[in-house]
Amino acid sequence: MLSSQIKSNGIEFGSCNKDLLEEIIFYGIGLGADFVEIFIENIDNASVLAEEDYITSVSPSFGKGAGIRIFKDKRDGFVSTNDLSKHGLMRSVSQAIEMLDITDKNKREVFNGLNKHKDYSLSKKTWIDEVPSIHEISEKLLVSTKSLKKNNKIITRKGSYSRNLQEVIIASSDGTYVSDIRLHQTVGLNVIASDAQYRSNGSRRFGSSGIPNEFRSWDHEKAANDVFESSMNMLYADYVDAGQMPVVLANKFGGVIFHEACGHLLETTQIERGTTPFENKLNKKIAHESVTAIDEGISEGSFGSLTVDDEGMEPEKTVLIKDGILKKFISDRAGELRTGHKRTGSGRRQNYSFAAASRMRNTYIAKGEYSKEDLINSISDGLYCKSMGGGSVGATGQFNFAVEEGYLIKNGKLTSPVKGATLIGEAKEVMPKISMCGNDLELAPGFCGSISGSVNVTVGQPHIKVDSITVGGR
Amino acid sequence: MNSRKITTQISKAADFLNVKKWDYGASFSNDFSVQVDKGEAKQLKATQKQVITIRVWNESNLVGITTTSDISESGIKKALNQANLASDFGNKNEGTEFSPLAKDPIKLKEVKISNPVGIKKLLTLLREAEVKLIKSHESIKSVPYNGLSESFFERVYANSDGAFRSYSKSQAVLYLYARAEEEDKKPRSSGSIKLGYGVDDIDIEACIKEASNKTISHLNYSPIKTDKYLICFSPESFLTIINAFSSMFNARSILDGVSLSKKNSIGEKLSTEALNIYDDGLHEKNISSSPFDGEGTPTKRLCLINKGKIENFIHSESTARIFKTNPTGHAGLGSKVSVSPDWIVVEKSKENYDLKTSLDHSNYQGEFVYIEELNAIHAGVRASQGSFSLPFDGWLYKNGTKISIEAATVAGDIKYLLKNIVNIESNQEVTPSGISPHIWVDELSITGDA
Repeated sequence: MLSSQIKSNGIEFGSCNKDLLEEIIFYGIGLGADFVEIFIENIDNASVLAEEDYITSVSPSFGKGAGIRIFKDKRDGFVSTNDLSKHGLMRSVSQAIEMLDITDKNKREVFNGLNKHKDYSLSKKTWIDEVPSIHEISEKLLVSTKSLKKNNKIITRKGSYSRNLQEVIIASSDGTYVSDIRLHQTVGLNVIASDAQYRSNGSRRFGSSGIPNEFRSWDHEKAANDVFESSMNMLYADYVDAGQMPVVLANKFGGVIFHEACGHLLETTQIERGTTPFENKLNKKIAHESVTAIDEGISEGSFGSLTVDDEGMEPEKTVLIKDGILKKFISDRAGELRTGHKRTGSGRRQNYSFAAASRMRNTYIAKGEYSKEDLINSISDGLYCKSMGGGSVGATGQFNFAVEEGYLIKNGKLTSPVKGATLIGEAKEVMPKISMCGNDLELAPGFCGSISGSVNVTVGQPHIKVDSITVGGR
Repeated sequence: MNSRKITTQISKAADFLNVKKWDYGASFSNDFSVQVDKGEAKQLKATQKQVITIRVWNESNLVGITTTSDISESGIKKALNQANLASDFGNKNEGTEFSPLAKDPIKLKEVKISNPVGIKKLLTLLREAEVKLIKSHESIKSVPYNGLSESFFERVYANSDGAFRSYSKSQAVLYLYARAEEEDKKPRSSGSIKLGYGVDDIDIEACIKEASNKTISHLNYSPIKTDKYLICFSPESFLTIINAFSSMFNARSILDGVSLSKKNSIGEKLSTEALNIYDDGLHEKNISSSPFDGEGTPTKRLCLINKGKIENFIHSESTARIFKTNPTGHAGLGSKVSVSPDWIVVEKSKENYDLKTSLDHSNYQGEFVYIEELNAIHAGVRASQGSFSLPFDGWLYKNGTKISIEAATVAGDIKYLLKNIVNIESNQEVTPSGISPHIWVDELSITGDA
């Protein structure tokens, strides 16, 4: 079982902690806080790495901690600690109060106690016993890395698995009192192929949330074939010529560009900083009319799905852009307080040591009416980006993404593979150029690093066509 | 709880569980940080954290590991027990042992450990810095990314063979990234970061000035034509490239087949004879120095490239054993022990006759691209292939005048880059990630929007 015995006068997972949580919140409100939020977690993680034909790493980890946030006006003070005793939590509240320099203890907010406990974890307590054992994971990873050995050009084969089980308790002075258990599993394969001076990589990652059996049904043969094919296709590829050109971005992980280049700019943290060009564009056109974009936390089993966010709110389906018109921002508690945009169930954090912030969940461009072939046929000279690598967005909105697997498009047909391509642009310039969306929407898991740490997300899109974008190369 | 007490507790728990051989690494930290937004406190943060990683060896000498933040008696027992269970899956192909140097004397730098100045002072200092930066130029409208923090931590390594090491230190960091806006122009952004042992060591004025100057210098910008250019790398950007491709010197990466080097690459010529590169974690200017690595091996200065040729690789205990050499103090502590460089020092060797010394970034009149800062390293570097394609901030110099480059990437191959170094300037500059002079490279591809 996950439940661990913690100091008897402190938080105990699996028990009713209402009295203690209320006492701590009352204490914070009594000291003059406008709002008090307590986030407590207990983790049980494991990861396994297979290289070539050996298990080379098994890394279990466990631990617990609390993050306490106090709001005063629009400011917030956040304290995190591993000490879950009553004394430790009280001390953290005092520290946060002190940091905010709250001296006016007469102006008190009202705290009417916590609501009835919403326990989202009831049906999830057996998950830890249902997930595959280290032995089972190791066996399957070794079979997977073996199936990557398809010819002698494959010089490095790796398979990795990680499981994060997080039990949380969230309580705050607006009465919120919830518990939940989250399970995320991810498995990946990657290879390096080499022949004389030529080298290429191939990699794929899969992930799910809340499905203990998911790893067992993972089709490792299909994944291995996919990774192998990708590395072989790219092994002798030439470098792409740089320039402006139309591109078709593949579905699934192709959505990383929308996530990074546009999605982040629709988080209220960006409005707070004054770093989004979309701040005053609500109900205005910011993209081509073929673009509808969604961020939601409710797709069953998707890597970015949540039963409840890290501020105790159930996630909603948020239509960000509808037919090119900006409809909504992604907001958390601080975002609502500071920018006025209503919370969307998007308050997320890596763990107890981060304050929650407005973060994406499952973010994707909705499907359109075209086939992949329609998009490619419409281009006489361009680039097909079959697989995207990572990317980043600069402080002024400029993005840069590596194309892991790319092919030239000539006269409406895919031709030779090319490597070394990067896509460069700015969201507000590129979004109006997404002129065609395919009918083959698919999602892909990923990790997103930002202000509140690394969180599990899903990116996605159908195949899309961008009329013109700068392609970096040699 | 102090580190000696934890060691005793682990030892007792190991005896209880009949675990004969174990080691552990731990870190205990207290961090305080502030961020501001136009004079207002934005987020104030305090973090108390403890992490302990325990390795145990079973009767077949296979290693298992567990990491936890629970250092209670029951937590430590549970961690030992889990590590023991995990050892059944220990790597049978490549064993790990204690570092043979884990009891060697370590060189502790004499640095002061600052006292916490407290959140209020951090906030006051950062507010003042933000105001000064915004006032420094009419185009600077905000400082969207800023922070001032102070950290106090202790690191420990101990094993069942009697090795015990610990050190404590303090560190402070200030970063200011300003955003400038002018009518009918794109916003421009740049910044500065300064480190110190304590807040009082940080030159706040220098950070403000640097952030302001760098941001303003990008106000007049222009797209650049896609072509091959003569490049001058700033010390910071050259160190970024070397760190990104440090797998060339990394024995772990070589064994894993993800390095451009091979086991027999010692002595391979990579660059001009004028180039020397060291890893020097204990350098007096390295604020983040650590006297020992994750396996307890003492940190030391190590020559990686001597007169253009690979001189040494960096090692953990297990890679050193395989390469029949000594560990170098670059190991982490994990189920699979990682290896990474500490602090890179680049310098001009005495064999520098083939350099074009007329190339000096402060007075060269010909056309060249100055790369101030490379971005998106995680996305644009293929270390196992040797290739890179990276966005950068920089300027195009022509006839003694410079203009900021609007948006561009530099692409190439690390071996090509090293072979095409045409000048290494004499003056070294200290950066947060190491020391380097300006480095000139001929004929690298730039993709621009022009």
